[in-house]
Amino acid sequence: MDEIRELYQATILDHNKKPRNFRVIGEAALHADGHNPLCGDKLTVYVALDDRDRVVDAAFRGSGCAISTASASMMTELVKGMTTDEVQREFEIFHHLVTSPCDEPVDVESLGKLAVFSGVREFPMRVKCATLAWHTLRAALAGGAEVAKTE
Amino acid sequence: MIPGYDVHAIRADFPILADKVRGKPLVFLDSAASAQKPRAVIDAVTDFYSHGYANIHRGVYQLSATATHAFEGARDAVQRFIGARDRREIVFVRNATEAINLVARTWAESNLEAGDEILITALEHHANIVPWQMLGDRRGTRLKVAPIDDRGEVVLDAFEDLLGERTKLVAISHVSNALGTVNPVAGMIAMAKQRGITVLVDGAQAVPHMAVDVSRLGCDFYVFSGHKLFGPTGIGVLYGRLPVLDAMPPFLGGGDMIESVTFEKTSYAPVPARFEAGTPDIAGAIGLRAAIDYLGTIGLDRISAWEHELLVYANAVLGRIEGLRMIGTAPCKAAVVSFVLDGVHAHDVGTALDQAGIAVRVGHHCAQPVMDIYGVPATVRASFSLYNTKAEVDVLAAAIRETLEIFR
Repeated sequence: MDEIRELYQATILDHNKKPRNFRVIGEAALHADGHNPLCGDKLTVYVALDDRDRVVDAAFRGSGCAISTASASMMTELVKGMTTDEVQREFEIFHHLVTSPCDEPVDVESLGKLAVFSGVREFPMRVKCATLAWHTLRAALAGGAEVAKTE
Repeated sequence: MIPGYDVHAIRADFPILADKVRGKPLVFLDSAASAQKPRAVIDAVTDFYSHGYANIHRGVYQLSATATHAFEGARDAVQRFIGARDRREIVFVRNATEAINLVARTWAESNLEAGDEILITALEHHANIVPWQMLGDRRGTRLKVAPIDDRGEVVLDAFEDLLGERTKLVAISHVSNALGTVNPVAGMIAMAKQRGITVLVDGAQAVPHMAVDVSRLGCDFYVFSGHKLFGPTGIGVLYGRLPVLDAMPPFLGGGDMIESVTFEKTSYAPVPARFEAGTPDIAGAIGLRAAIDYLGTIGLDRISAWEHELLVYANAVLGRIEGLRMIGTAPCKAAVVSFVLDGVHAHDVGTALDQAGIAVRVGHHCAQPVMDIYGVPATVRASFSLYNTKAEVDVLAAAIRETLEIFR
């Protein structure tokens, strides 16, 4: 099962087992619910901004598979300190990473830690797991009126 | 061992079972979602399109007459297969889902009123929940649900208690798709019929695994899909007891379901044509007949016995895996094992097993309420069929152990 270890790299397994920022941020924070109806993955993403639209805190709660949990965990770590514009750019980079053709080279420099998700490209059925937290974060930043769904 | 049961000969009848997935032999454990097709079915469909195809019930030419004969012959085969008394009791539909919706739209619309109750069980597939909720939105009928116990069995006392003055329909699955529980439908039907209540049985998960006799069961409706019965997709069956079916208004309007049409008034065809508007899935019916004939050459009793052996073996082998929890442990089960692994989400298990060439279903199995009862978001479901082997159970067990190792 070598391909499996390729997909579930140690970092992903670690974040799945010990998700970071796995908590609720109080009332002032923006938040949105994300739901992947196919898998039953459900999570809530919380984000707090300062007055210059910079992320001062991000967190999540919920239940899901290893891919969606690790993705949410790493995302909350990554976006702290970013402006909402930077978050949007990061979303696009990540989205491109997991949906690009398998033979396209991975730009590790711009991806940083997120590069561990490059294995998801080989498993099209699992792309939605990887992107759920990101879609939900975008929904939270947009006001969180609707439940975010993956595609 | 089952005398005269040669599983390797049976496997040779299914071309796809010789294929490889990700470089490994395909271990297909998802027949409860849809079964693979024997060559007999594939050939019947190919032959029909190659040499026998024309529309039915219309042409005066020979080819149309032959096609009509083949299509109606399929109806006869289905009638014999489920023990219906009259060939007119067999309506061809797309699948079990459409059959249930047909009953909801016709029989229920014309017989139920606001406040009337429909009783289902907590084991139902969404196909036997949602059409009744939609009916409730239109008509104000109410849905009642008989509970299940820890093992995944319907609590029969509670079921009987829920049969009340306002209960007009009992709609129950014969076999649970998510857990494999075989419901004691004969007794449940008898309880309902004593009170004059109409009964629909969803047999989608039953007919591929056991001999079914609808006349002996005494239900009013019995529905199933062809594709789970080794037949093509797009063909399914609604059995309706003749007096009940005969009193029902039409479902879809169009050609083939009419007697005469003027712009002032249309009179409808007798059953079953009344419910078969438009050109049906002719090749599907012919393929379904081939599937039924194929099963006849093996014998459903022998198939049941073989699958039971697989279930007992799977329970023993998987039961020894530490960190595996079975969901649904009814003593009377079809060959379905639903389980969760400690600390590993079902979807991750599904992806890992896929690497080993094993096809299982992961998720809520279109039975979200069942998942809620057990407090799990999803399970892994391995469903066994007539072509599976004990060696495949071993492959599954080894892959599960490896998965647990990776996620440990």
